[in-house]
Amino acid sequence: MSRSPLRAWPALSLLLPLLAAAQGDGPGRPAVVIGSKAFTESVILGEIMTGVLQSEGIPATHRRELGGTRVLWNGLQTGDIDAYVEYTGTILLEILREDPAADDARLESLLAEHGVVIAARLGFNNTYVLGMREAQAEALGIRRISDLRAHPDLRFGLSNEFVSRADGWPGLRAAYELPHAEPRGIQHDLAYRGLAARSVDVIDLYSTDAEIEYYQLRRLEDDRGYFPRYDAVILYRQGLRSAAVEALARLEGTLDEDSMAALNAAVKLDGRQATAVAAAFLRERLGMNVAFREDGRLQRFLDRSLEHLRLVGISLGAAILIAIPLGVLAYLRPRLGEMVLAATSIVQTIPALALLVLLIPWLGIGAKPAIAALFLFSLLPIVRNTQAGLRNLPPDVRESAVALGLPTAARLRLVELPLAGPSILAGIKTAAVINVGTATLGALIGAGGYGEPILTGIRLDDMGLILEGAIPAAALALLVQGAFELAERRWGRWEVQRGD
Amino acid sequence: MLTFDAVTLRLAGGFALESLSFALEPGRTTALVGPSGCGKSTVLRLAAALLKPESGSVSIGSQMFTARNANALRHRLGYVLQEGGLFPHMTAEENVTLMAKHLRWRGSRIDERIDELLALVHLTPEHLARRPSSLSGGERQRVSLARALMLDPTLLLFDEPLGALDPIVRHELQRELRQLFRSLGKTVLLVTHDIVEAGYLADDLMLMRDGQIVQTGPLRELVQAPAEAFVADFIAAQRQLNDVLSEEAE
Repeated sequence: MSRSPLRAWPALSLLLPLLAAAQGDGPGRPAVVIGSKAFTESVILGEIMTGVLQSEGIPATHRRELGGTRVLWNGLQTGDIDAYVEYTGTILLEILREDPAADDARLESLLAEHGVVIAARLGFNNTYVLGMREAQAEALGIRRISDLRAHPDLRFGLSNEFVSRADGWPGLRAAYELPHAEPRGIQHDLAYRGLAARSVDVIDLYSTDAEIEYYQLRRLEDDRGYFPRYDAVILYRQGLRSAAVEALARLEGTLDEDSMAALNAAVKLDGRQATAVAAAFLRERLGMNVAFREDGRLQRFLDRSLEHLRLVGISLGAAILIAIPLGVLAYLRPRLGEMVLAATSIVQTIPALALLVLLIPWLGIGAKPAIAALFLFSLLPIVRNTQAGLRNLPPDVRESAVALGLPTAARLRLVELPLAGPSILAGIKTAAVINVGTATLGALIGAGGYGEPILTGIRLDDMGLILEGAIPAAALALLVQGAFELAERRWGRWEVQRGD
Repeated sequence: MLTFDAVTLRLAGGFALESLSFALEPGRTTALVGPSGCGKSTVLRLAAALLKPESGSVSIGSQMFTARNANALRHRLGYVLQEGGLFPHMTAEENVTLMAKHLRWRGSRIDERIDELLALVHLTPEHLARRPSSLSGGERQRVSLARALMLDPTLLLFDEPLGALDPIVRHELQRELRQLFRSLGKTVLLVTHDIVEAGYLADDLMLMRDGQIVQTGPLRELVQAPAEAFVADFIAAQRQLNDVLSEEAE
């Protein structure tokens, strides 16, 4: 996995931060935050935007792979991100639910209602295309999308977003009166492999995808003109400082479809890092020298471990502080307890991904909503085990404690909670193990952690990267489990030989 | 000393105490006897305010149990359960001194009291350092007794204190308890199903049936002048060693 083609740069990369600091806006100004969706092209474009800003001396950070359209658009509204690349068809159909035939002036005025402005049009149209294996398409004589009607047995494997969005499958099926069964939803990067492995026959592509050439696919002609234009544009929040807007505007018209596909291929097929590809593009096209930092594997591992532990530690710590008192309350006031348990159980039934996205309007993107979601998920096991541990104590122990005349608080502190300890600890263990696994999803909303290499690895079809996240996550879960079991054994020792 | 005044309590399962009244004289030992389910243990739980009467009142000395003074009144009673009810996560000593420490007794006062109690219940300091799980059944009951006596209460409540012990240990502890009751001069209420043990340990027997007190008095009185046929039947139902031997001989 050697992907550092610019090794000759170390001297320069040492120098550049100094230069940047010297001509920068000073420490008081917050960095401009660039966002990107969880696919290669978006990440490369995010790196390019970040590089342009940095080379103009404007501090900028890139929050990569933030999931889908909704997350980015909401981030722009709440101010969590300042700019990102969106496609005009997506803006009109998916975000604003408008007629996709609207002209530029109409689009700009609609965006202005949301406080959003276009900084630059990059110059390429990345529309949807349906693709098939060349050999199969040739054998069946399929060239246009309407030809699919004659072959109702073909299996569709469409990206999850495409299946559900208004400008995706439902509209396409209606426009072409396609007779096919419900398509399988599949992650976009996995779809190519599904097609190559012949487990699906038709997939949706982006017209700038690098893989079209690589897998020898046939693009089916959109003979009824169903797909609108998906021109790539840089959106920014009104109020972004003008120096930043001017810098971003320099990207106007710098990329056509072929050059974008070439950048995608450099990352996806040649295995180069998006950061390096973006820097090379800026140097060759705009003559800019961009500092880019490429961390070693150990450094990346340490950074992610820290992020992951932070997510797990804060959420679990807060859950312990809240859940144990709730469990005690549930024990002391059984009727109230039922309500507490019901409420925490309901939280538990929300799918993790849905909860993460639901929290974004309140908490923005990044670590905060991830910690909040993990906190909520950790409550139930601890509350339930605290209450059950207290309720299941031997009755003679409780009677003895009451008959001694110990007040409730002292009785809980000195007798009941220590005896319920093993049960409470088991609850915390359950919460912690679930927490370590679920925290990998945090990467989808920019929280970092071990989920990040997994996400990138899936995107780049790079098993090494996937394992770079999956192995430490699994190891951490085992470690946590082991540590708690050790503690349980020590705490529970008095229990081992009771009675004669 | 312990007074029940028209105590009524209905429990799930149909069992009920209806307007139960009695008073224990200071310094006397009373044994509550009767068939299973007659309400013996319920009376004991009411006496320690572990249950609350629906109507009527329970008093210790001149003070009636209320929600407010329950814990303060409980300091004037000691409670010993069949299995001891010791806290398994504490050493014997921590069990015994828990309440005194909670009430912020001085260390020297606690140490003095421990020395007195060790002599009284025949335990050594070595026993006190152990957890309940590494003590024998008899030793656990001695620790439990020491815990009940720690605050020097005026009333002692025992629920089948020797019920789980093997016969030899039980025999030995019966003798010690009898001496203890005589020498300490505390008011004692003890529940047992064994009428011989009751007669041996207690000054008075209080025989219950279906939540009612049938007869109260020394064992001799119950034997010689049973208030009703049930009393005579209950006493006669306790088969003695001699009965068994003579039955075998036939």
